[in-house]
Amino acid sequence: MTQTTDQNIKKTVKKLVLVVFAMFGFGFALVPLYDVFCDITGLNGKTNTEAATALIDGVDESRTVKVQFISRTAQGIPWQFAPMTNEISVHPGEMKLVKFYAKNESTRDIIGQAVPSVSPGVAAVYFQKIECFCFNHQPLKAQEEVEMALQFYVDPELPEDVKTLTLSYTLYDITAKVES
Amino acid sequence: MTTEAIHDSHDNHDGEHHDHKMTGIKRWLLTTNHKDIGSMYLWFSFIMFLTGGAMAMVIRAELFQPGLQIVDPDFFNQMTTVHGLIMVFGAIMPAFTGLANWMIPMMVGAPDMALPRLNNWSFWILPFAFSILLASFFMEGGAPNFGWTFYAPLSTTYSNGSTAFFVFAVHIMGISSIMGAINIVVTIMNMRAPGMTYMKMPLFVWTFFITAYLLIAVMPVLAGTVTMVLTDTYFGTSFFDAAGGGDPVLFQHIFWFFGHPEVYIMILPAFGIVSTTIPAFSRKKLFGYSSMVYATASIAFLSFIVWAHHMFTTGMPLFGELFFMYCTMLIAVPTGVKVFNWVATMWRGAISFEVPMLFSIAFVILFTIGGFSGLMLALTPVDFQYHDTYFVVAHFHYVLVTGALFSIYAGAYYWLPKWTGFMFDETLAKAHFWCSLISVNLLFFPMHFLGLAGMPRRIPDYALQFADFNKWVSIGGFAFGLSQLIFLWVVIKCIKGGEKAPAKPWDGAEGLEWTVPSPAPYHTFETPPKID
Ligand code: HEM
Ligand SMILES: [Cu+2]
Repeated sequence: MTQTTDQNIKKTVKKLVLVVFAMFGFGFALVPLYDVFCDITGLNGKTNTEAATALIDGVDESRTVKVQFISRTAQGIPWQFAPMTNEISVHPGEMKLVKFYAKNESTRDIIGQAVPSVSPGVAAVYFQKIECFCFNHQPLKAQEEVEMALQFYVDPELPEDVKTLTLSYTLYDITAKVES
Repeated sequence: MTTEAIHDSHDNHDGEHHDHKMTGIKRWLLTTNHKDIGSMYLWFSFIMFLTGGAMAMVIRAELFQPGLQIVDPDFFNQMTTVHGLIMVFGAIMPAFTGLANWMIPMMVGAPDMALPRLNNWSFWILPFAFSILLASFFMEGGAPNFGWTFYAPLSTTYSNGSTAFFVFAVHIMGISSIMGAINIVVTIMNMRAPGMTYMKMPLFVWTFFITAYLLIAVMPVLAGTVTMVLTDTYFGTSFFDAAGGGDPVLFQHIFWFFGHPEVYIMILPAFGIVSTTIPAFSRKKLFGYSSMVYATASIAFLSFIVWAHHMFTTGMPLFGELFFMYCTMLIAVPTGVKVFNWVATMWRGAISFEVPMLFSIAFVILFTIGGFSGLMLALTPVDFQYHDTYFVVAHFHYVLVTGALFSIYAGAYYWLPKWTGFMFDETLAKAHFWCSLISVNLLFFPMHFLGLAGMPRRIPDYALQFADFNKWVSIGGFAFGLSQLIFLWVVIKCIKGGEKAPAKPWDGAEGLEWTVPSPAPYHTFETPPKID
C-alpha cells in the first residue's frame, strides 16, 4: 500500500468516526427535539406542565365546548382514583373548578403522580390549567383519602372544529423514584 | 488447501504462492485476511440462521393448532423476540458482511480490506454478542420477550429482567456493524484499482457502499435507543416513562428512525447481488446501470423520512399521516425502477437457468409481492386494519426471506465455485431451490389472508376460524426449515470436492473476481489489475 493511500485511509476513518459520534448524539438530541416539537404542535396530547395565569380577555359565550374527564391508575398503584364530575360544558375563556377523588387503599404510604393527557392532541395546548394536583406529588398515608382540585379554562383560540375535549389522568406510583 | 500444505507454507514467506497462514485455531482467531474473515462471517450467519430457524419451528409447532399445547405464552414471546433479533442481526446482516468481505476487495482490485485488523475485531466480537443474548434463556426470568422492536414500556417497566443482557448484546452487535461498515466505505473510497472510477464499479460494490453509509448513520441511533432503555430500566431516568415526564411514543419515533433504514440495510445489498447474477445468466449487460445507482441512492435517502409508517395507529395528526403515507409510497418509484431494470436485463437475453439464476428470478417476483403488500400497508386508512396482524408478518417475510435470504442464496451459489474451487452438486442445489420455493410460499402466502381476516401477530393462541390456514402455514414452515439443511449438504459437499471449477465457471459472468483462478488464491491483486 502506498503512503498516500495510507494517509487517505486515515482521513476517511477519522471523518466516519466523527459521523458515528454525531449520530449517537443525534439519537439523544431527538428527545428534546421531540418535546419542543410536541410543545409547539401539541402532537402528543401533553398539556402545559406549568400553571397558566387567569385569562383577561372575556368569555366567548357564542361557543360551548364539552370537557370530559377520565382517570386510570397505572399498574401497581393500589389507589382509588376518579373524577367527581365526569363531564361539563364550558364557554371558551370561562373558568371552572372540578374535583378528583383519591384514596390510598393499601397499608403503606404511597406517593402518587398524575400525568394529564388531552385528546384530540391538537387541543392540548389550548387547555389551560390554573391550578392542578398534577403540578405536585400527591403523598397519601395508608388509607388516607383526599379531594384534589383542578381549575382550568379552555383558550378561546381553540380551533372551531373541536367540540369535545377529553382530559385523561393516569396515576403513577412514584414512591421509589422520590425516595431514591 | 490441506492442513499439511498450510503447515508447509508456514515459514515460507517468500514462496511462490505467498501463503503465510497460521495453523489450526490461531489461523482463524488471528487472521486479517478478508477471505478468511468473509468465510467466518458466512459460517457464523448460517449457524445463527439455523438457531433462529429452530425458534421459528417452536413458534410454528405451537401455532399448528389453536389452544396452548407446547409452550407457555411467556416462552412463546421469548421465541418470537429472539427469533427476530437473531435473524436480523445474526443471520441476514452478517451474511451480507461476509459477502462484502469476500467479494469487494476482489471486485475493486484491492489486495485486502483497508483495515484488516479492525476487520478481525468486527467479526470476533459477534459470537460474544450472541452468546450474551442466548445466555439470557438460562437466566431467571428468561430471554427478552418484548418483541424484536423492544417497545417501551414492555422493555422497561414490564421487563422480565433480561433487558440488560439484551442491551449489551445489541451494543456489541452495533459496534461490530459500525466497524464493518467503516471498513467497507474506507476500502471502496481508497483501495480501488487505478482506473476504476466510481461509475465503473460493479453495482454490487455500489449497493454495499450505500448500505455501509446507512449503517454508519443509524446504528449509533440504535445504540442510543438501547442505552435509554437501559437507563430507564435500571437507573431511574424517564425518557419513555410518562410518570417522570417522558413519553413512550418517543421510543417508537427513535426506534423507527433507526428501524426503517435498517430494513433497507437488509435489502440494498440484495439488490446488488441480483444485479450481478441476472446479467450473468442473461448474457447481457445490466440494463440502466446508472439509473440503478441513482435509484439505490434515492431509496437510501427516502428511507430516512418514512419511519412513522410503522406508527400510523399511534394517534398522529392528519398532516403527519399524509406526509408519511406519501413519502412511503414515493419509495415504490425507485424500487420500481430497479425491478423494471432487472426485467429489462432479462428481456431477449440468452437466459440459462442455473441455480443462482433460479434464486434471482424467484427474488424478483417474490420481492415484488412483498413490495406490493408494503404499498397496501403504506395506505394510512387501511393500515388501521392491517397493523399488528399477520398481514404485516407476511409482508416482511416476503421482503426478508424471499427477498434478502434468497438473494444471499443466489450469491452463495454464484460464488461457491470461486470460494471452494469446485462446482456444487447441481441436482442437490436444484432440490434445495424447488423445495424452498414451494414451502416458502405455503409458509408465507396464507399469512396475508390470516392477517386480512384479523389474526393478530405475536400471539400463542388464536380463534378457531384461523385453524386450517395455520395448519398449512406450519406445514410449510417445517418443510422450509428442513429444506435449508439441503443447502448445508451442498456446501459441505462442494468444499470436499467435485468437478474442478475453471476461473470463470459462468460464461456470462463479468468482473475482476473471475480473472483469478478458482479457488481464489489466499492473496489476490497484490499488484493492482489494469482497468480499461
Ligand atoms: C415498497 C417498499 C415498502 C413499503 C411501502 C413498506 C411499507 C411498510 C409499512 C407501512 C409497514 C408497517 C406496517 C404496520 O406495522 O402496520 C412495514 C412493516 C415492515 N416492513 Fe416494509 N415496506 C416496504 C419494503 C420493505 C423492505 C424492503 C423490507 C426489508 C427488507 C421491509 C421490512 C419490513 C419489516 C421488518 C416490517 C415490520 C416491522 C415490525 O413491526 O416488526 N419492508 N412496511
Ligand atoms: Cu418501514
